[in-house]
Amino acid sequence: MSDMLLHNGWELVVGLEVHVELATKTKLFSGSPNRFGDEPNTNIDPVTLGLPGALPVLNQHAVELAMRIGIALNCTVQPSTFHRKNYFYPDMPKAYQISQYDQPLNVDGFLMLPGEVRIGVERAHLEEDTGKSTHIGGATGRIHGSEYSLIDFNRAGVPLVEIVSRPDIRTSEQARQYVTELRAILLAVGASDAKMEEGSMRVDANVSVRKPGDELGTRCEIKNVNSVRAVGRAIDYEARRQIDMLENGDRVRQETRHWDDGEGRTHTLRVKEDADDYRYFLEPDLVPLAPSAEWVQSIKDNMPPLPAARRARLSAITGASQESEAVIVIVERGQDDYIHAVVAAGGDASKALVFVQQAFADETAQPRVPAKDIATLTVMERDGKITSTQSKTLLAEIVANGGGDAVALAAAKGFEALDNSAAEKMVDDVIAAQPEAWAKYCAGEEKAMGALVGAIMKLSQGKADGKVVTAIFNARRNA
Amino acid sequence: MASLPTTAADIAAAVSSGTVTASEVLEKHLAAIAARETDVHAFNLITADAARQHAARIDADVADGKPVGALAGVPLALKDNMCTRGIETTCSSRILEGWKPPYDATVVQRLRDAGAIMVGKTNLDEFAMGSSTENSAFGPTKNPLDLSRVPGGSSGGSAAAVAAGFSAVSLGSDTGGSIRQPAALCGVVGVKPTYGLVSRYGLVAFASSLDQIGPFATTVHDAALVTEVIAGHDLMDSTSIPQPAPNLRSAVGQGVARMRIGRVTDLPGGAEPEVMKRLDDAFEALAAAGAEIVDVTLPSIEYALTAYYLIAPAEASSNLARYDGVRYGLRAPASEVNAMYGATRAAGFGDEVKRRIMLGTYALSAGYFDAYYGKALKVRRLIADDFDRAYTQVDAIITPTSPMVAFAFGDKVEDPMAMYLCDVYTIPSNLAGHPAMSVPFGTGAHKLPVGIQIMAPALGEVPMFRVAGALESAARGLK
Amino acid sequence: MTSPTSSSSISAADVIKVARLARLDIDDAQVEHFTEQLAKVLEHFTDVDALDLSDVQPMTQAYPLANVLRQDVEQPCLDRDEVLAAAPQAQDGRFRVPTINGEA
Ligand SMILES: [Mg+2]
Ligand SMILES: [Zn+2]
Repeated sequence: MSDMLLHNGWELVVGLEVHVELATKTKLFSGSPNRFGDEPNTNIDPVTLGLPGALPVLNQHAVELAMRIGIALNCTVQPSTFHRKNYFYPDMPKAYQISQYDQPLNVDGFLMLPGEVRIGVERAHLEEDTGKSTHIGGATGRIHGSEYSLIDFNRAGVPLVEIVSRPDIRTSEQARQYVTELRAILLAVGASDAKMEEGSMRVDANVSVRKPGDELGTRCEIKNVNSVRAVGRAIDYEARRQIDMLENGDRVRQETRHWDDGEGRTHTLRVKEDADDYRYFLEPDLVPLAPSAEWVQSIKDNMPPLPAARRARLSAITGASQESEAVIVIVERGQDDYIHAVVAAGGDASKALVFVQQAFADETAQPRVPAKDIATLTVMERDGKITSTQSKTLLAEIVANGGGDAVALAAAKGFEALDNSAAEKMVDDVIAAQPEAWAKYCAGEEKAMGALVGAIMKLSQGKADGKVVTAIFNARRNA
Repeated sequence: MASLPTTAADIAAAVSSGTVTASEVLEKHLAAIAARETDVHAFNLITADAARQHAARIDADVADGKPVGALAGVPLALKDNMCTRGIETTCSSRILEGWKPPYDATVVQRLRDAGAIMVGKTNLDEFAMGSSTENSAFGPTKNPLDLSRVPGGSSGGSAAAVAAGFSAVSLGSDTGGSIRQPAALCGVVGVKPTYGLVSRYGLVAFASSLDQIGPFATTVHDAALVTEVIAGHDLMDSTSIPQPAPNLRSAVGQGVARMRIGRVTDLPGGAEPEVMKRLDDAFEALAAAGAEIVDVTLPSIEYALTAYYLIAPAEASSNLARYDGVRYGLRAPASEVNAMYGATRAAGFGDEVKRRIMLGTYALSAGYFDAYYGKALKVRRLIADDFDRAYTQVDAIITPTSPMVAFAFGDKVEDPMAMYLCDVYTIPSNLAGHPAMSVPFGTGAHKLPVGIQIMAPALGEVPMFRVAGALESAARGLK
Repeated sequence: MTSPTSSSSISAADVIKVARLARLDIDDAQVEHFTEQLAKVLEHFTDVDALDLSDVQPMTQAYPLANVLRQDVEQPCLDRDEVLAAAPQAQDGRFRVPTINGEA
């Protein structure tokens, strides 16, 4: 569903609320560790548990990471305050969440999608995470039908930034692009590990439909969207559900819905009620957060390059499109610096892009192979010293050994590419030996080429370059 | 025994120099407790064994020539709303009965470091909500000067402990007068420092923007000494003023020559005539000591009580939401979590606490916030502005501490508004965040003590203690 | 726009709603009792309605401080066993609560 208009002229309107856990060492308001996967209730202190008498003190690093996010999203960083959002829930230790309300730290930004699509960012504010409930008993492991719940407060108080987009998203594809690009930005600025599967990046989608030009329709908030793929699927499903209701003459009810990835559908979690009365008021245990112009500037001055700029740079050097998968993937993995290092060591840029994309797919960091070793290999292949098949073999060996001189390795294996005159001789030999295949090829049966090239490879023991050989066959046919 | 020192300053000096032992001093106070505590009921918990061990350690340190602190060997009573590691802290509430905090309040740490010896945790109005200590879940404290009367509140146990000689000094907390009013009713000195001068970390919150910890003592000098020990910046409290503790003891003897003392011409009425007579005596004494008496007006303080009884309950309704039966304290049996909350809180909180939670929840709820809480905060500003204007003309202001001397049990407990009027003179300083203290100044009706309140601008503890010292001297000559 | 006033008195329905928000079970007698007492306290607020507060900034801090921050440095944690021992009910290193039917 990537057209701007859905069937019968319905328009999709989506806004995304993304919660990201910040990559700090400690909690937002206390010194217990912000660490995923530890034994339950080991990362706890009086503040985290909401013990009587405990008081919050704001983590400076969390503020700086939040500012980096705001700046990366072109927001204005402004004086801000914290409020209490009061509600009872077992995983909410104080029975209120400390969150930024009417004066958030970052406001009025935007994020660019491919094709110059601009999605507004209303705000990106700081708040604390809750603990985790596990529902025990009953058939499904869900709340409903469970016998009791167990609470782990390790996650309680972990710093979050909630990034709220404007309802500018018009297709599920744009929503996917937004989440993907946002994730790339968060990784680039080191604000979060942004792992959707571990919950350090969580997406809620506000979905409504309308006829173009109409006022916004009633929206539903979709929760539990745990992967980029699910973002698209959940939005598509929900849009279809709402359109079907409206076309049947029903009204869409404002509610919170849960995405079930297995069933591929959303279902009602809770209906918005008047009972949602959070009694927000200014948190009296904290003081205002008003970053000075100098502080904001120093964060700006130390911002790492953002994905869009890095993709442009990589594209310029390699000749690959900014929107090509290789460029996107390499920047997401943070391996573009490595490619620049390979090129600086004299390597071939476009081959380096391909090599690094293939060889270091399992890593999200700088490869541990010396850049000059990859550079040598790219040059050998580019200059026809070895075939692409041989270079693949060498690349695998260099990666496995954490480095190695491609020239020496190729010599040791007896790898060498055939020079053109030798290749031309072999082509003529094969044409003579396989007249039927040659005739078919000349008659326009492109499939016959496979047999001819195969014969050359056998004859050359793999030393022939497939591309070169194909070119010679073509030249013979056209002659 | 008769030769043992009685004031904290004398005890610390004698213990440090080895002329008396901390153990001797402690036994004298434990003997006083044994003789009268059954009648007075100042304590929720007496920690005699731990106190004896602590005293023995201090005596050993003195014998070894090791340095001991400014309060070495001084018996201390602690209001039972300050966290003491491993020692029951109840706030005189069923909901926290039996709870042993896993951490110490900052003031507790500082007092221990100074060598003070805790003899017990004192009774209070549940969660510090009240002015008579009748709201304790564990029964009222009686005024040691007349057992048929209240000691005031909410820090009634701490005031009574000092008045009865159970401890040389004690700590209370003051949200709307909870140190000063019981000090006045029990005939001792009580200090509410500037908001932020003493760390609130580990003080079980009632109303966060108003709560301050302060001492009770039999002399102004002792009150200055304890304030110096507990004051000063604490990283664990975001509202702690980043300044060292002021030198207050030297202020006590400085006199009031050329000081300008304010007389509030539009002071709310309703005080007992004998109380107002003592206020006149106080002005006379200060004038005789060389102060200039200047008339000031505080037109908005007639609204202080009204504003306070919205702001304090609003904050309290949020602060007390954490008592939910999940992590500590009481839990009422129920098969569903919301039912558990409702039953637990109904069983655990007393009537006055429930009343304030209800009032505060109402004042913050959707549709009422602007009409009540929002307006109360504006009134708070008007009151602070009144004080700012007055303090351009005067260095300190004196008023009665309480409109009445100690009253009989049951007199006001059925009528919340009558009880709230006890705090009419003390509340304005809490709203403004200013320091204020009560000094005994003669007697009123029934020969019961009258307290004079001294108020000063933020961080005006030095001029406040100068006036207090002068009143203390003058009080010796009163008939 | 006129500013809301507090002249309308609190009703029993308000009290029931507030008790629910505050998770405080109250019986019918208490509803009546609280309605009466809260009304008495709120009555005093009508005095405030007479004040012109339109140009007054709400006072939200007792002492003006800003930007109070701590370093991102790990501090010792509480002992889990000590903490869970104080809990009404614990199981498998976690706090146990009855089933959650009402949603937050
Ligand atoms: Mg949200
Ligand atoms: Zn949020």
